[in-house]
Amino acid sequence: MTNALRLYVHYIGQSVRSQMQYRASFLMLSLGTFFQTGIDFLAVAALFARFEHIHGWALPEVAFLYGLINIAFAFADAASRGFDLFGIMVRSGDFDRLLLRPRSTALQLAGQELTLRRVGRLLQGSIVFLWACHTLDIAWSAPKVCLALFAIFGGACLFVGLLVMQATLAFWTTESLELMNTMTYGGVQTAQYPMTIYRAYFRKFFTYVVPLACVNYLPALAVLERSDPLGFPVVLRWIAPIICIVFLVVALQVWKIGVRHYRSTGS
Amino acid sequence: MPHIIVENLIKTFHIAQRQPGVWGALRGVIHRNYREIAALDGISFAIEPGELVGYIGPNGAGKSTTVKVLSGILVPDAGHCEILGRVPWKERIAHVARIGVVFGQRTQLWWDLPVIESFDLLRDIYRVDPRQYGQTRDELIALLALEDLLDIPVRQLSLGQRTRCDLAAALIHRPAILFLDEPTIGLDAVAKLAVRDFIKRLNREQNITVILTTHDMDDIEALCTRVMVIAQGQILSDGTLEALRDRVTKERRLIVDLEGTEDIADPDAHVILRDGHRVHLAFDPDRIPPAELIARITAHHPVRDLFVENAPIEEIISRLYAENR
Repeated sequence: MTNALRLYVHYIGQSVRSQMQYRASFLMLSLGTFFQTGIDFLAVAALFARFEHIHGWALPEVAFLYGLINIAFAFADAASRGFDLFGIMVRSGDFDRLLLRPRSTALQLAGQELTLRRVGRLLQGSIVFLWACHTLDIAWSAPKVCLALFAIFGGACLFVGLLVMQATLAFWTTESLELMNTMTYGGVQTAQYPMTIYRAYFRKFFTYVVPLACVNYLPALAVLERSDPLGFPVVLRWIAPIICIVFLVVALQVWKIGVRHYRSTGS
Repeated sequence: MPHIIVENLIKTFHIAQRQPGVWGALRGVIHRNYREIAALDGISFAIEPGELVGYIGPNGAGKSTTVKVLSGILVPDAGHCEILGRVPWKERIAHVARIGVVFGQRTQLWWDLPVIESFDLLRDIYRVDPRQYGQTRDELIALLALEDLLDIPVRQLSLGQRTRCDLAAALIHRPAILFLDEPTIGLDAVAKLAVRDFIKRLNREQNITVILTTHDMDDIEALCTRVMVIAQGQILSDGTLEALRDRVTKERRLIVDLEGTEDIADPDAHVILRDGHRVHLAFDPDRIPPAELIARITAHHPVRDLFVENAPIEEIISRLYAENR
């Protein structure tokens, strides 16, 4: 385990060095994502300029949700670039090389690249998050800080899990699956608003199938000390992110099934 | 105890058949017809430590499938395989730590990293002991003349330079068996010779078992003590190059440079090529000993120069394929 971690750090160090060879490109792409996601938030703000409240949530509170989910997604997106490129690797035969090395394929793919230009989204999400915290005047305590970090970590696990599952599908089909994008990018969009505004079936999907609510809505209730019209148990607000770690573990098991399938069919 | 034991390996691929047109594509979503291709149809052989085996066959014969099974990437449908005492597909991680694989067309090095950094990464991937790593790396750098390439990003290397680096990369963890898949493809003459020379030394001095797949018969002739020929998933021939030659054809070539440009007519030899003063004759040494044929020809024609050679290996192989079609 520690050896795997050391290798991962070595991988990431080299990935960062490779990307630094193209410094101008890195700067421009980061700025690009920063503004692109920035416009995203302006759209949310515009909405609130018109309506002021949505289901009792004001702009700074929604900004809190927005920041939390975007920070988590930025980390996940940067860390799982290898899985993103995986479909291409299967088609070109480069995936075979990973099987020829005495390490798990998931570790090698994760080590493929840490995409630095995703820092654009991270920066933008962080600014929105900090603005929200500042405006809301939250009574921060040690448990609340831990919960916020836990939620971000859990969120990153959830998105990595989704991206791993998306990659796993490439073992069976060569088509890129837009369906999965609706859960990653669509999930980010969905989680930017409180769960209460959605219809029951939609809410249940993003709570029990893709447990987005567990790293966003529920922990936010605890930090913001809000009441919950949906009536989830209070303890869930504090521990729900664990479910997303379980989600990632399950995704990695599904990945193993995919690898087994690949090794028996060769395609 | 052989390094590699393969018994009756069978692997069939199911290829989905595409129906033409939009309607066909839609139907394909619901129901697909599969075509079965027997990539390996009962392959058996054993390879002893230190052997240098050539593995040849036409495209689609099952060469890469064999290499994929032997290297632990693919799981066969049936049959047994044991390499260094392990079943490759059952203990992938332990197995691949003891083998090295070079694909001539694809590099395993990191495109944007200097060569030496790729070696360092492989050290950590294979958990090579640091002291042993330093020694192996320096040996390989000296043997393959990589000194001046170490700080160059891989994308800037020529194909010949890259192949040399790839050979080193595959040996960083001191494997007992080396698989080479068309290592000389696309290389210029000098680079080819350098690669062949290295493989030969490696095999002779360190007793590494080498399995070489190639389409370049010069590779086979220069390197391999043993040749296995595969076609349509079956092994057609397995033995020394001489034995293969004898089995398919004993035909020899006599090449004669004449003073003039007249025709040569001999009952025991036939002309296969004429090129100015040069005449290529084919003959069967069992019917007429080469010395006798030479004596007869020099008696009738003024000869500037002559020499005898074997039928080119390419011809032998293509005859073997044709016989078994």
